[in-house]
Amino acid sequence: MTRFLKKSYAALIYLFLYAPILILLVFSFNASKSRGIWAGFTLKWYLELFQDRQIMKALYNTVIIAVLSSAIATVIGTAAAIGIHNMKKLKRKIVMNLTYIPVVNPDIVTGLSLMLLFIFTNFRLGFISLLLAHITFNIPYVILSVLPKLKQLDKNLYEAALDLGATPLYAYRKVILPEIMPGVITGLLLAFTLSIDDFVISFFTTGSGVSTLSIIVYSMARRGINPKINALSTLLFITVLLLLVIVNIRTSGEHRKKE
Amino acid sequence: MKKNWLSYPYLVWVLLFIFLPLLLVLFYSVTTRTEDGIRFTFEHFQRFMEPIYLRVLLRSVKLALISTVICLLLGYPMAMILAGNGFKRKQIMVFLFVVPMWMNFLLRTYAWMTLLERKGLLNTFLSWLGLAPLNLLYTEEAVVLGMVYNFLPFMVLPIYSVLSKIDKSLIEAAEDLGADGVTVFRKVIFPLSLPGVLSGITMVFMPAVTTFVISRLLGGGQFTLIGNLIEQQFLLVGDWNFGSAISMVMMLVILLSIGVMSKYEKENEGSGLF
Repeated sequence: MTRFLKKSYAALIYLFLYAPILILLVFSFNASKSRGIWAGFTLKWYLELFQDRQIMKALYNTVIIAVLSSAIATVIGTAAAIGIHNMKKLKRKIVMNLTYIPVVNPDIVTGLSLMLLFIFTNFRLGFISLLLAHITFNIPYVILSVLPKLKQLDKNLYEAALDLGATPLYAYRKVILPEIMPGVITGLLLAFTLSIDDFVISFFTTGSGVSTLSIIVYSMARRGINPKINALSTLLFITVLLLLVIVNIRTSGEHRKKE
Repeated sequence: MKKNWLSYPYLVWVLLFIFLPLLLVLFYSVTTRTEDGIRFTFEHFQRFMEPIYLRVLLRSVKLALISTVICLLLGYPMAMILAGNGFKRKQIMVFLFVVPMWMNFLLRTYAWMTLLERKGLLNTFLSWLGLAPLNLLYTEEAVVLGMVYNFLPFMVLPIYSVLSKIDKSLIEAAEDLGADGVTVFRKVIFPLSLPGVLSGITMVFMPAVTTFVISRLLGGGQFTLIGNLIEQQFLLVGDWNFGSAISMVMMLVILLSIGVMSKYEKENEGSGLF
């Protein structure tokens, strides 16, 4: 009896979580523009989506910014994590506290503070400012993914490599980097997902003419419902879901290896 | 191994893009531009104390609190179910709970717009039952619903992670000593889960109190929250000084709640979320 109750409660919660998303996905294939009625299957909204130049431009921006910002953040973040790992305790604590600022600060504050910086320094708001903002909020997540791997690392490995005649750079490339690679890749994927997903910070740090998909979704949704957003949402949802499954399989695979 | 210099690019980055911008917010919040230059002042903070703005702050806190309480009431039983041994595919169930958390919150919010609007699915369903359509969208309830929907996983997951670490022998010991189910929950399980509850409360309350998107999309701009106020000051009115002052107040609220939380939080608990 209690088991039945538990099961139905869980089912209700999952229904609450997933029903709106599923309805959104289903109605992106609805031929009728009015939402209440199902008028048959169509791909017309997807076609319209791909013919919409503004949306295609935004898709291009979103992908390019996600690729560039996650790649740059991974390089800076991985180097930073190695540096932080070797710091003395007090210094490490200070740097880590700074690292947590963008993680705990409300997105709106991160976004507008960056906007203030760009305007204050007469930096033109647009693609570059957007990219810089994305790198900024991505780096902490890379650091937080790499640091645990560095902690697991056997210190003697590096020294052994040096004793065997490797230069420090060679030792890093051939010994340390392969060991922390899983953390680096996880950080990269995490940064990529976060960049694709971001709205608030992009909203504040972009300039006229440059928009990302989430900015388009927001400005369209503000004017009401539009089946094109449903189609766009469906595509975004599937992308994020795929990325998430990949990350999850990676991390659970690592756990299994450890056991 | 001395490789401190590897972190220098990052330190420069932090200084330029995290520290300096926040310093600018602080600077704008306590200065004002007059004809003979920039002057130090607290007038923006005083302005925020005016009833019209205090009402916005109060409404934000009220709606965020209501959402947090609903999330806690809905989420705690769910966390207990997830942490229990009852289900075979536990990992998948937890994963299913994480997925919506990673989905763009704009889409999650927009999904409810299609359900709640005048000609939306819920009203179609009502008229199918022979009932009159209701005004569901652009109400305060819709905003609360949007918050609960968006942030429920943030409540469930920290509580779940604490609950699943509780030593089962403690519960058995309490039962052996004659405690019934209610007493075990009240005296053992709930007190032990408090760190998770606290971190859940902050993780729901913080984004709920700072949002401007949910209130704009589901409240239709009629229910200005503190996030909307900040957005307006920066993007519509152009009063950066006042906007910065409100942001400072908001950051203070957030920092205080984090401070309270971290006092109770033990190492590593709830950290599996990011």
